Amino acid sequence: MKNDILRLLESDSKLTPKDIAAMIGADEAAVAADIAAMEDEKIICGYHTMIDWDKVSEEKVTALIEVKVTPQRGQGFDKIAERIYNYEEVTSVYLMAGTYDLAVFLSGKSLKEVSKFVYDKLATMETVISTQTNFVLRKYKDHGIIFNVKTQDERLAIVP
Amino acid sequence: MRNPLSKVVTEIKPSGIRKFFDIVSEMPHAISLGVGEPDFDTPWHIREEGIYSLEKGKTFYTSNSGLMELREEICKWYSRKYNVNYDHKHEALLTVGGSEGIDVALRAMLDPGDEVIIPQPCYVSYLPCVQLTGGVPVTIELKNENQFRLTPEELLDAITEKTKVLILAYPSNPTGAIMSKEDLEPIAEICKEKDIFVISDEIYSELTYSAQGHNSIASLPGMHERTIVINGFSKAYAMTGWRLGYALAPQLIAEQMTKIHQFAIMCAPTTSQYAAISAIKEGDKDIERMRESYDQRRHFLLRTFEEIGLPCFEPLGAFYVFPCIKEFGLSSDEFATQLLKKKELAVVPGTAFGDCGEGFLRISYAYSIDQLKEAMSRMSAFIDELRG
Repeated sequence: MKNDILRLLESDSKLTPKDIAAMIGADEAAVAADIAAMEDEKIICGYHTMIDWDKVSEEKVTALIEVKVTPQRGQGFDKIAERIYNYEEVTSVYLMAGTYDLAVFLSGKSLKEVSKFVYDKLATMETVISTQTNFVLRKYKDHGIIFNVKTQDERLAIVP
Repeated sequence: MRNPLSKVVTEIKPSGIRKFFDIVSEMPHAISLGVGEPDFDTPWHIREEGIYSLEKGKTFYTSNSGLMELREEICKWYSRKYNVNYDHKHEALLTVGGSEGIDVALRAMLDPGDEVIIPQPCYVSYLPCVQLTGGVPVTIELKNENQFRLTPEELLDAITEKTKVLILAYPSNPTGAIMSKEDLEPIAEICKEKDIFVISDEIYSELTYSAQGHNSIASLPGMHERTIVINGFSKAYAMTGWRLGYALAPQLIAEQMTKIHQFAIMCAPTTSQYAAISAIKEGDKDIERMRESYDQRRHFLLRTFEEIGLPCFEPLGAFYVFPCIKEFGLSSDEFATQLLKKKELAVVPGTAFGDCGEGFLRISYAYSIDQLKEAMSRMSAFIDELRG
């Protein structure tokens, strides 16, 4: 049942325990208890809203920075990842297998602000070997949601 | 000028849902739970395959029966899933939707006066298709207390010396009923004993919500040679607009069906056939994803009916619920009309699927949970008003 709840919440965090209970044929109180428990265990780490910021006037720049680092004895990549992800402007950090080690997503008000963060904060860390900054031009799809699609129901209203 | 029209055609009743369609079309804020097709888009790998076939210039007729590769995959799939074995070379025909398959099967088998047993409530095309052949439809009124399954007694009562064909359509549109293997066995025995053929419309076969799932009567001993299985891609893969279905029938019947299909249609749409190869080979995961979502909505509606106090047997197939509204003293038509006018919520009266649908509504759950929530709050308010 927990996996069912998680899959539903992952696709729509607005669903209430009552909705979820109805959808999976379970008891509302049991669903609410499961959600609370999973929040405590940090299985559910937060609730987000998908926003297409391009549609609002607010300036927003997103960058993906490919970071190569020297892993440290006894701490591997975790310590350096921590030093990076603790910055507020960093939205996601992934450890990668491939041509670089850490994928760092940054969000800032302007190119200048993002660049400044990279050469001031990231590039100067002693374990960072190199950085490559890529700017996001447009977001087409995120978390399984396609931006900018028409959602109108084009089916005929009554079909036998 | 003399009457240009055929007497047979003019005597066929127009579809009962037409009236609702006209009213709903003029209500921009109306919510409709009247749609009998999936709300999902066709999975992208299937659409891609269709696009690719167009890019490669595959824009010609296929053979009358359809692409050999597709027929082979369909037969393998039916054998694997339902233990139903038809020979793809001689016993499979790609049609323009399941609907064409039904029409062609009836035309291949019926002579004027032959009787066809049609358990109702059922899909709207069976009866007129029988009438168009000069055959005689004999309806059976399925019962709510039997969960709209066909019972051996009901079938025996309807059989006469002229009975030739039984149309069996499970999972059912409009009731959502399914028939288990145990339910089908006595029906199959009667068909064999009385020498009756079965057209088994299994278009909703992939949408069942019980452990046993769908069972095809064609899988029972001795039934292969007297069953025409009708199925298609519309419901399982959300491909309604592609117009692609298929019929599996014993060679003797399949040959004659192919002959009619050849003269009337030539072949099913080529683009759709190429796309369908991808569907049947790689679409199991799509079916599962959509089925799971329908099941959630089904649970949601049933829970809501329980809260409202609207009686409804648990449908285990298709994407419809068929609640009973007899307590309100309104006909299905009146109930649906008032619901539409007062709350701008469209549902289909049960009578659209046969007279015995009186006292019931068909409600489709091929809608998002948000739409269903809004619709159910309107339904609940309407029922509160009726109850005073």
